Amino acid sequence: MDFGVIFDNTLNSLFNAEALYLALAAVGLNIHFGYTGLLNFGQVGFLAIAAYGLGVGVTYLGLPFFASIALGLALAVLLALLLGIPTLRLRADYLAIVTIASSEVIRLVARSAAMRDITGGSSGLTGFAGGFYDLNPLSDGTYGFGPWIYNENRFWLLLVGWSLVVLGSIMIFMLMRSPWGRILKAIREDEDAVRSLGKNVVGYKMQSLVLGGLFGALAGFVFAIANSSIQPDNYGTQLTFFAYTALILGGTARVLGPVAGSIIFIGLFVFLENTLVQAINADIIPESIMNSNQVGIVRGILVGLGLMLLMIFRPQGIFGDKKELALDAR
Amino acid sequence: MPADSTSTAASKAAAALADVEPRPGVPKPDPILIADGVARRFGGLTAVEVDHLEVQRGVITALIGPNGAGKTTFFNLLTGFDKPNEGTWSFEGSDLGGVPAHKVARKGMVRTFQLTKALSKLSVMDNMRLGATGQKGENFFRALIPGIWTGQQKEIDERALDLLGRFKLDAKKDDFAGSLSGGQRKLLEMARALMVEPTMVMLDEPMAGVNPALTQSLLGHVKDLREQGMTVLFVEHDMDMVRDISDWVVVMAQGKIVAEGPPDSVMADQAVIDAYLGAHHDAPLSVEEEQAQLAEAEAELEALQEEREK
Repeated sequence: MDFGVIFDNTLNSLFNAEALYLALAAVGLNIHFGYTGLLNFGQVGFLAIAAYGLGVGVTYLGLPFFASIALGLALAVLLALLLGIPTLRLRADYLAIVTIASSEVIRLVARSAAMRDITGGSSGLTGFAGGFYDLNPLSDGTYGFGPWIYNENRFWLLLVGWSLVVLGSIMIFMLMRSPWGRILKAIREDEDAVRSLGKNVVGYKMQSLVLGGLFGALAGFVFAIANSSIQPDNYGTQLTFFAYTALILGGTARVLGPVAGSIIFIGLFVFLENTLVQAINADIIPESIMNSNQVGIVRGILVGLGLMLLMIFRPQGIFGDKKELALDAR
Repeated sequence: MPADSTSTAASKAAAALADVEPRPGVPKPDPILIADGVARRFGGLTAVEVDHLEVQRGVITALIGPNGAGKTTFFNLLTGFDKPNEGTWSFEGSDLGGVPAHKVARKGMVRTFQLTKALSKLSVMDNMRLGATGQKGENFFRALIPGIWTGQQKEIDERALDLLGRFKLDAKKDDFAGSLSGGQRKLLEMARALMVEPTMVMLDEPMAGVNPALTQSLLGHVKDLREQGMTVLFVEHDMDMVRDISDWVVVMAQGKIVAEGPPDSVMADQAVIDAYLGAHHDAPLSVEEEQAQLAEAEAELEALQEEREK
């Protein structure tokens, strides 16, 4: 059993693209759910629509890279408005239903045969990431140290992506200590009280939905560029719930909660997978109990178990405040 | 507490209402709020059907009535939290029909809630800050540049601390609002409403769930609002409180206004007694009572007969 491989792979994954786009998606969800109390169960819809905006912009419309990015962001804003206008006046549950449905609608429309010429149907899109890598100032070779060694393209993506995470986190820190953020947090507690104090609650919920959706869009760009392809079936509801898991793991309504949560969640996934594979290869786990084809399933079971234990022993997440959570019980 | 029953505001209020005839829908000399034909129906049930109501400026008006009379629904309609099926109402001369709740509050009519809505996970101070209107930092882009709003925030903090001092909550300013007792939350809610700088305060059952020790202080605060020139309309079940602080009482029953008048006379009004106790409240409840009443009636008849025979 090669512990070196296990730890190398685990450490490498902590800052790789998977953790990066999950972090961006979770940062957006933190604005929606953590600060404003909006139940957005369709965050992946923002990832998908932005990724397709980029992909379709470059490959079908023939737009330059930045124009395609702008198209993706604009589509994410449009999606937020479309979701918000009919539902934000209603009770929170309506947004939950509409978001989960719309994210599936986006995926199913994109993979439909009728859209094959535009979105590539079920086989998706490729050949749109070149514009991003053309901007890469790094020369060919490998960069990084220790377990974190990446080729020039991956390193460029991670550099840009994590910079966005840092800038986004600073922005959220600034916003949430301002009067604007105070209104969002107050809406989470009781929107009628906020209304009675003369604040336009629907307007603020809309701003929150758009801002969180834009972080989802950034996650969508990273996801698409890292794979150099857009596969519609990668944008299923599972990704939304992974982002929720990462957010709750790190602690909701904490600036760094979703970032740390994503890194730990992905690290745990990769660690368990590598450990199980190594243990099977070294015959520590005999074939009669499980084989290497079952690693994915067992890994999911173990992560689920870990999350249950977390909810029991540390329900506030890593950065959360237990005193704050206890207020709910009153 | 500067307010007591002989204060200037109280006597002014009494003088203003002295010549007003105590009947439902009576016009007032200086109304701040006028409602006309406001009706709200839930399917077949008519919850509120107010033909005409005027609320006098600068006085404390109590809105009383038995459970289910439509008091809270009427409150919701007036403050924009619910929309009536028909009717018009205006505040300080401007029509409030179809105006959303937050704009009603900005016009100066601020309400509190029957079930207190303290924002639990915000500090007491943040609860107060939220009440201030026209904050520059409430705009998304300006929020990102602290230099724009920190100066204003300092002024807001001063005002908030002053109010918290008056409501004896200044020691709690950094605690989560969720850690306050029920009575303290009521105080916080009232103080927070005052941060909006309202001209009219609508209190929905301010005394519900408050322990007797705090009741007096809350009463003082309500009187204080009148002292500062604000108009108060409140819903309450506690008759002692109503008698103690209100200048005018409006009685609702089954969605309609059945009586209006000064507190002492309105509580003797037959329509009010009927509304609370039922129209046949003096009907006998037990056999003994019935027999006693019958005996009394017979004695009266006999006495009459005897008189005639003479």
